[in-house]
Amino acid sequence: MHGLVAFDWHVIWLRVFHPNGVFARALWVTIYVSIISQVAGVALGLIAALMRMSQFPPFRWLSAIYVWIFRGTPVLVQLFFIYTAFNLPIINLGIWTIPSEALTAIVALSINEGAYMREIIRAGIDSIDKGQMEAAKSLGMSYGQAMRRIILPQAARVIIPPLGNEFNNMMKTTSLAYTIGLYELFADAEQGYSQTFLSEYFIAVAFWYLVLTTAWTFVQAWIERRLAASERADDLTFREQLIAAWNPVNAWARGAR
Amino acid sequence: MSANGNGHFVSLKGVSKRFDNLEVLHGIDLDVDEHSVVCLIGASGSGKSTLLRCINLLEQVDAGTIVVDGQTITDGKVDVNRLRQKIGIVFQAYNLFPHMTVLQNLTLAPRKARGASRADALDRARALLHRIGLEEKADEFPDRLSGGQQQRVAIARALAMEPKLMLLDEITSALDPQLIGEVLELVRELAESGMTMIVATHEMSFAREVANKVCFLDAGVIGEEGTPKEILSAPREERTREFLARVLEGGRL
Repeated sequence: MHGLVAFDWHVIWLRVFHPNGVFARALWVTIYVSIISQVAGVALGLIAALMRMSQFPPFRWLSAIYVWIFRGTPVLVQLFFIYTAFNLPIINLGIWTIPSEALTAIVALSINEGAYMREIIRAGIDSIDKGQMEAAKSLGMSYGQAMRRIILPQAARVIIPPLGNEFNNMMKTTSLAYTIGLYELFADAEQGYSQTFLSEYFIAVAFWYLVLTTAWTFVQAWIERRLAASERADDLTFREQLIAAWNPVNAWARGAR
Repeated sequence: MSANGNGHFVSLKGVSKRFDNLEVLHGIDLDVDEHSVVCLIGASGSGKSTLLRCINLLEQVDAGTIVVDGQTITDGKVDVNRLRQKIGIVFQAYNLFPHMTVLQNLTLAPRKARGASRADALDRARALLHRIGLEEKADEFPDRLSGGQQQRVAIARALAMEPKLMLLDEITSALDPQLIGEVLELVRELAESGMTMIVATHEMSFAREVANKVCFLDAGVIGEEGTPKEILSAPREERTREFLARVLEGGRL
């Protein structure tokens, strides 16, 4: 055990200000696994939400069972099941290779995330007055056209804020993939620790997770600001819209007022 | 002129509709000639809205047939989207698309549902906005418009599809009294231009002035129908008289 006096600031200094190539790779793995899993999770959630509203009962049952299972069991169990039951391939995209463990993590996290996103997307769609769908249909638009052009664009305002929180969670949850041997941020810290038994490695990695989630907070504020701005775009001059759209700090300040 | 519908543009035969245990329409027969205006009057809950919604298949009938423009629409074989393109409906709550400008509200369906070119849809939308006197609002979002303006835009949005039939579902009921006139004026112009319309309304003076036929709906059946004069000035049925007396008390005759 180290007391605070024996705290090895040097390790933290090195890990924060002099990241090496191995660390950079681990950071990159965390970022792309998070982004791909979230995007795929949103897609799965949308499909499940539409199935939930289907006229065809088996679709509704399937959607209900999906959410029941994947929200009702630990993501770690899901991850290990997919890891042990399927031998997922290495994806080689020329300059970018996705290792088997990363693909396994992406598959498990996407499916898990889809179950949560289904509820968020359904709540978003439910929040839109049913007169909107009727108006679109009565103009001769198909269900798909009405969804894409009328319902989902309006539902997005309700869906985006919780979606942002889900992504914040996702970036942290990717650390679980360390347990199936994926070399991501946490694995990199654990490796440092196992060679030195210095807990400071975990402080350093916590700092890097904070960097990711804080950066995302700004991006999210920017996106939400844009959505709000488009709602009353005519209140702002073109210059103000540009500032609101391109300056996250400015957008943040406006949001705080 | 087709054998279907016996030459009437819209023809309902024995139309019934129930929601769970509540029978909303019970054996409705109704004929509407081309270029004529039929007004449906009756208390709230008498089935006026449901009747209109059955005609553009927002609701499925449980029994009976509906023929529109020579086509039987209640046999389950009709292309619903194609049918709705020739039937415009305007709702009490306007239901404009709030995330789109007025102009986009008018051009979306013609472009996406009917495949009109962008230029054609824009031309038609601007012509319609000119007709309803809201050209200067083309790039505004609906929430910047008054209720009366929004409802006029909703009418224009339906007209942008060049419908052959318009269904108006109590389109002035949500409006402040001083905004009703501008909307009814537009409907009056439409009637004069020969648009076939079925209008559910509580505006009796409007019905008297514009309708070719007035139908009094009472608990899901047509209690009485005839010319506006017959129904509004000399109703034969006791129920009609009672209803009109109540409306008169409300000061809307």
